[in-house]
Amino acid sequence: MTVTVINAGLLTTVQDLGRPGHAHLGVPRSGALDQPAHRLANRLVGNPATAATLETTVLGCAVRVDRAVTVAVAGAPCSVRVDGRPAAWAAPVRLPAEALLEVGPATRGVRSYVAFAGGIAAAPVLGSRSTDLLSGLGPAPLTPGEALPLGEPVGPAAGADVVPAPAPPDPLLLPVLFGPRDDWFTARSLAVLTGPGYRVSPTSNRIGLRLDGPPLERAREGELPSEGMVLGAVQVPPDGRPVVFLADHPTTGGYPVIGVIPSSALPAVAQAAPGTPVRFTPRGRR
Amino acid sequence: MDGVDGMNIRVLRVGLDALLVELDGADEAMAFHAELQRRRAACRLPSVAEVVPAERTVLLDGVADPSALAAELAGWRVPPLRATSEETVTVPVRYDGADVAEVAALWGVAEEDVGRIHSATEFRVAFSGFAPGFGYLTGLPERYRVPRRAVPRPAVPAGAIALAGPYTGAYPRSSPGGWQLIGHTDAVLWDPSREPAALFSPGTRVRFVIEEA
Repeated sequence: MTVTVINAGLLTTVQDLGRPGHAHLGVPRSGALDQPAHRLANRLVGNPATAATLETTVLGCAVRVDRAVTVAVAGAPCSVRVDGRPAAWAAPVRLPAEALLEVGPATRGVRSYVAFAGGIAAAPVLGSRSTDLLSGLGPAPLTPGEALPLGEPVGPAAGADVVPAPAPPDPLLLPVLFGPRDDWFTARSLAVLTGPGYRVSPTSNRIGLRLDGPPLERAREGELPSEGMVLGAVQVPPDGRPVVFLADHPTTGGYPVIGVIPSSALPAVAQAAPGTPVRFTPRGRR
Repeated sequence: MDGVDGMNIRVLRVGLDALLVELDGADEAMAFHAELQRRRAACRLPSVAEVVPAERTVLLDGVADPSALAAELAGWRVPPLRATSEETVTVPVRYDGADVAEVAALWGVAEEDVGRIHSATEFRVAFSGFAPGFGYLTGLPERYRVPRRAVPRPAVPAGAIALAGPYTGAYPRSSPGGWQLIGHTDAVLWDPSREPAALFSPGTRVRFVIEEA
């Protein structure tokens, strides 16, 4: 059973829960950026959360299936069409054999998740089918004409009575725990980071959320020896504009990390469109 | 062996569930990482999702109780690295890299001595990064440190053995790179379908042997 790509949109990748546990070998964790949306799409078609979905970027995608299969689209709200006819978003949709599934551009947010009963069965690499755009592990981003294998459905489609359409983050509120290298920055810079003026840069991607806004000033010169990086790290490169590390982030880095965004705040980052105002709010540890 | 008295173990909090352990230098970081691996193998380390060594730090990510572990780590006595019976990976190398002449000049030796000196060294993988399976190997004496090239190459071939600063590295696949190329190996450095995927993982001892052209 295969899915043939008709239109790959701006960027469509295969994603599951990623390949954590290999950071010491230089392997990014990768995986769906909006994990709750990925999990919801899988649940709606009866898949376990570990099944691979398609992650679209802004423009959606179009695919044709060779056999009848149940699909669901979650994440960024968008139009869903089957052979040109409107179908439900965030609900199981039965596709007949040879049907064309069109996932429209995101009406809000950035990334939609398309789950097929049985999951995308691309060859796993280090236990994951996720496309890792930093190191090139996993399947390459989708291209038109490409055929992706589907797995065997394992459970009945779950369905849902009501799935609330998520509001786009506006502003994007990011709790930040300062450290481990906040002492590399001036006290004024810590205030600047938590002040107004930051917006999501259009250069953001799966590696990091880049920000336009006031540059942060260092309190010290010199270079930091390369050190391990975590998901959600707010790294500050020499231009002073912070970058929030997302799933495909490098495992080590030599620029100081001024603070870390808890992972619970990162699904919203996945849906923050360029230009969205960003507000960092200091948060303490228990 | 006795513990290292006065080894400074500085523990920094990173987000909600990670700790960055900062040591005084590269040797101390490797010794601390080796101690972590020993304790992990003996199931004497609380559950940690990732252990990521780097130049003079070790990151512990996905820690269930970071406050408790931070308090525990600060009291560890860490023995220095020993040349024990740990497994040594042997890698055949042809020392015919594009920068051998330049490295020989920097070292003040004849070109044919570059391979001789390099292959007589016992290396250890200090940490990985840059690309999957790219190891940063230490072991060369300080006088053999070389700078990166002023202009990086757009493509360094897979299997290239190269030097930069205190490190020897081996490119698992073709990529841009600014290190000084001294040789080449046909050994498969990275194969995600193999177990283990990386020939060079942190803590591994490595010996290069001269392979005649």
